[in-house]
Amino acid sequence: MIRRVFTRPEKFSIYWKQTVAEVDKIGISSLGIVALMSVFMGAVIALQTASNIEASWIPNYTVGFTTRQSIILEFSPTIIALILAGKVGSNIASEIGTMRVTEQIDALEIMGVNSAGYLILPKIIAGVFIFPFLIMISMFLGIFGGWIICIASGIISTNDYVYGIQYDFRPFHIAYALIKTLVFGFVITSIASYYGYYTKGSALEVGRSSTQAVVYSSVMILILNYIITQLILI
Amino acid sequence: MIEVKNLSKSFGELQVLQDISANYMRGKVNMIIGRSGSGKSVLAKCMVGLHFPEQGEVLYDGQNFLKMNIGEKVEVRKNIGMLFQASALFDSLTVEENVMFPLTMFTKMSKSEMLQRAEECLERVNLTGSEKLYPSETSGGMQKRIAIARAIAMKPKFLFCDEPNSGLDPQTSIVIDNLIHDLTKEMNITTIVISHDMNSVIEIGDQIMFINEGKKWWEGDKKDILQTTNKELNDFVYASKFMKTVREKLK
Repeated sequence: MIRRVFTRPEKFSIYWKQTVAEVDKIGISSLGIVALMSVFMGAVIALQTASNIEASWIPNYTVGFTTRQSIILEFSPTIIALILAGKVGSNIASEIGTMRVTEQIDALEIMGVNSAGYLILPKIIAGVFIFPFLIMISMFLGIFGGWIICIASGIISTNDYVYGIQYDFRPFHIAYALIKTLVFGFVITSIASYYGYYTKGSALEVGRSSTQAVVYSSVMILILNYIITQLILI
Repeated sequence: MIEVKNLSKSFGELQVLQDISANYMRGKVNMIIGRSGSGKSVLAKCMVGLHFPEQGEVLYDGQNFLKMNIGEKVEVRKNIGMLFQASALFDSLTVEENVMFPLTMFTKMSKSEMLQRAEECLERVNLTGSEKLYPSETSGGMQKRIAIARAIAMKPKFLFCDEPNSGLDPQTSIVIDNLIHDLTKEMNITTIVISHDMNSVIEIGDQIMFINEGKKWWEGDKKDILQTTNKELNDFVYASKFMKTVREKLK
């Protein structure tokens, strides 16, 4: 299937339009859930860190530092990827699966269209392209959520929080997070497309494909998260 | 013209088609009939390359389709239109976009030319005015007609119709049958209709092939079919009370 997906498109302009549409469908429509999750998770990480700091010798800026590190290294790239595996992955698998069981894919093939390329390639490109932007927005909002809760609950001052999020900042951590995101973007869109494309049977099977897509892409994200971390960060 | 030679297809242990050979003539409505599960849809799908037979040949105007590479198959498929049982319209596209779809993929026509062609096709199937509707906003009969309009948009040489009347009322079925028949004659195309509807067979069938248990059981025209002495075909043709009455009248 991969070979057919990456075969030269019949018409680049059509694929370009499809890709733009997929960027909107996969990326822009996920902004709301990503923003909501990120703000609240950032806030919770800040609160939990503050509530666990009991020793007086630990500086207050640790809250900002820990929030930033958790958000950049793990929460935004991995947890948001898992959320997107659920939202985007199930959407892709059910969309392509429905096209399969209603013979729309057969109709494409009969017309001479490379259905795998036409349906899947724009989704993969869109996912790999837009996910890093979503993750960067998530990073910003997560850290922002931590700051908001620090001010609202008065656990630490803005100065301490801002000092914490700047403390020992390594730009490579952003690169590491974005590398993970690129891989996860590919994993989510390709696995979901695979299960959708090879759906057999009826509407019941579409639901099953959708579930399988989410389960397998989530498992792959967790495994690859470990492997990439081991390779890049350690 | 389409020639099928010694086509066999199985799914695992199940032999679905056995040594089928047939010629489908240009300008004729060639009907493939048979009971549900007899293998007629599989035969059509083997002919268009959606299934891969273990044995046999499918020749489009003398060229062996099954031995072609992907690029060559694509060229042949540009000359094939297909009407699916469930219409298979693209849900996310409007009626007009559905009809224009093959044109946008394979021609260098300008947008206005494509719109004009889509308009012509929709007019031919009496659907002028429905261009901006989505398939979900149309009836089953309209969906079939939209699918026909899409199938003829590229002016195909070959038209496949898989149970074009399924799920339609008798009047709409006649409209679809007549449309298929008229298009076949007007465009001088090779049309293959998969059906188990005897009304359609009598209405539009020029050449009829009966498949039973994956084998070609009988072949002839619509006059022959009503007077057949073949037991299995007789059971199939005269299964309904209406057809039994027709038989009594014929006698």
